[in-house]
Amino acid sequence: MSHFSSEPFTSRLTTRFAALKAAKRCGLVTFVTAGDPDAATFAALLAGLPRAGADIIELGMPFSDPMADGPTIQAAGLRALNAGMTLAKILDLVHDFRAQDQATPLVLMGYFNPIYAYGAERFLKDAKAAGTDGLIVVDLPPEEDSELCLPALREGLNFIRLVTPTTDAKRLPTVLNNASGFLYYVSVTGITGNKQASAAPVREAIERLRQSTDLPIAVGFGITTPEQARALSSHADAVVVGSAIVNRIAAGLDANGKAKPELVNDVLNFVRTLALR
Amino acid sequence: MKNEPKPQNSYRSGPDESGHFGLYGGRFVAETLMPLVLAVEEAYAKAKADPAFQTELDYYLKHYVGRPSPLYYAPRLTEKLGGAKIYMKRDELNHTGAHKINHCMGQILLAKRMGKTRIIAETGAGQHGVATATVAALFNLPCTVYMGELDIERQKPNVFRMKLLGAEVKPVTSGSRSLKDAMNEALRDWVSHVEDTFYIIGTVGGPHPYPMMVRDFQAVMGREVRSQIMEAEGRLPDSLVACVGGGSNAMGLFYEFLNEPSVKMVAVEAAGHGVNTGMHAAALAGGKAGVLHGMRSYFLQSEDGQIQEAHSISAGLDYPGVGPEHAWLHDTQRVEYAAATDDEAIAAFQMCSRLEGIIPALEPSHALAHVQKLAPTLPKDHLMVVNICGRGDKDIFTVAEKLGVTL
Repeated sequence: MSHFSSEPFTSRLTTRFAALKAAKRCGLVTFVTAGDPDAATFAALLAGLPRAGADIIELGMPFSDPMADGPTIQAAGLRALNAGMTLAKILDLVHDFRAQDQATPLVLMGYFNPIYAYGAERFLKDAKAAGTDGLIVVDLPPEEDSELCLPALREGLNFIRLVTPTTDAKRLPTVLNNASGFLYYVSVTGITGNKQASAAPVREAIERLRQSTDLPIAVGFGITTPEQARALSSHADAVVVGSAIVNRIAAGLDANGKAKPELVNDVLNFVRTLALR
Repeated sequence: MKNEPKPQNSYRSGPDESGHFGLYGGRFVAETLMPLVLAVEEAYAKAKADPAFQTELDYYLKHYVGRPSPLYYAPRLTEKLGGAKIYMKRDELNHTGAHKINHCMGQILLAKRMGKTRIIAETGAGQHGVATATVAALFNLPCTVYMGELDIERQKPNVFRMKLLGAEVKPVTSGSRSLKDAMNEALRDWVSHVEDTFYIIGTVGGPHPYPMMVRDFQAVMGREVRSQIMEAEGRLPDSLVACVGGGSNAMGLFYEFLNEPSVKMVAVEAAGHGVNTGMHAAALAGGKAGVLHGMRSYFLQSEDGQIQEAHSISAGLDYPGVGPEHAWLHDTQRVEYAAATDDEAIAAFQMCSRLEGIIPALEPSHALAHVQKLAPTLPKDHLMVVNICGRGDKDIFTVAEKLGVTL
């Protein structure tokens, strides 16, 4: 099998992973849905994530029909949409974050339709200008690369690929072609937050991937506890925690679905327990 | 009828190798599903080329489904409307009472070939769910059907039917609790059980190869119509009318005739309370191009690309999108897309019941509502075929409620 080591440009992601490697440390990628539970609470949470231990931040772009997500992320998306979140407002959040933090990579994750409705080319320009570093678009497999992946690379944005347990050796080169930033290894066959990843098969899969790519590898989709994060940290370059953090956000809501005053601190304290520094 | 089709070499050549009908179609699914979607495509290509597959399918269509379904000249409807000579394609006479069994039979034979041991499906009106549960019972495979909570309420007889057939009916409580959400949930199930599960999709939608595959399995209707009308009238029909939600019955009727320029085609979307009210399911009339459920097509959506809820009295048409081949036939203007409201469908439902002794489903009642508008404007030698793709037994409670009748 051919070996893929394509880094089309130097991005914040490249720099961050290089720094993690130099420090011999596994990175923590935190996933939160943009605008959950409301724009002001979220902006405070986002601003606090790097100091709490987030090495990379994944911002979910809420969508009405999130087919790859379990109930936790579905509910978060709904909260954000009901609070009026739009793609344009997400880019504003990114812009405000970037004004204060030049180092922490920000990756937008979501589904294609809101981007398509915004206009793919316009979105890429605006996302780049706001300070976005990469994109994960769940329903754009390599077969649809001309839609967004190739234009994103031209714009200087990493398009991050998902590799799954169903990605076999025959398919892997297709997935690695045009991959950049890092590889996101989906550690369970299923939707977000539903199953727990077990360490042994994930380690094996990572070792196999390393034979075909020099890209950093982040593992996600089934990691809910600090223990699990630590168990995988010796093999992966980063671990992604999403639903577990979003559950803490949900726990910080009052009976009317409004954020309690302590929500931001509670969530950041939980992120501190995950931090792999 | 104002069809002025743009020139094409063929309207029957789609999709291309990557599953596109012009701009539409494609394979917009998560990476976990991609290998499986490619495996379905490969298995279907092999089955299509294997005469034994078609022989087996034909056997079940004849002896189990009851094909061919009749093409029936509707004399009283014709006389009442006073124009076009109206024929009905009687797919409501199929086993399980709708055309859905045609594509379920094809897909389950493919699932067997692929060695899959578990079946899942989504359903709106319950007709596709019943048909899937039926073939799953026939071939002794466990079956889970996802159905919106709202649809479970308005289609109780079909829910019980599915349970009698041994299927598990899982209520879907997310989103609008109807067909689109059932499809989301079925996709979530599929992504979590890729090893053993075959997803029997109920319309000409989803990722490639489903739109093509379901169309191929439904195209038997159009092929039968061709030979039946040649026998009855010695010539091709002048027009075809079918309802369209996802669009499986319309594609099944139209496909055979797409390259016959003399045959006009009208597909009728569900206008709910009216296409200008925001309470409808007419994706082509009121939507725009988007990406959902594995395909690019027309969808009802907000300016921000959030999918909007559809509204129709007919659960089977209550979907905010449409199959990608319809999107393409719409843009190329080969097919004319019209719409009928809830009230128009209810009126046509009653008219057909009284005049012809045929209680149609609410879905084809939309097609009949358009026939009611169109036929009187056409000459008596105009041959019109309307697809009665399902029977109305399942809908009597909905209609009774709408008419203020207590059962």
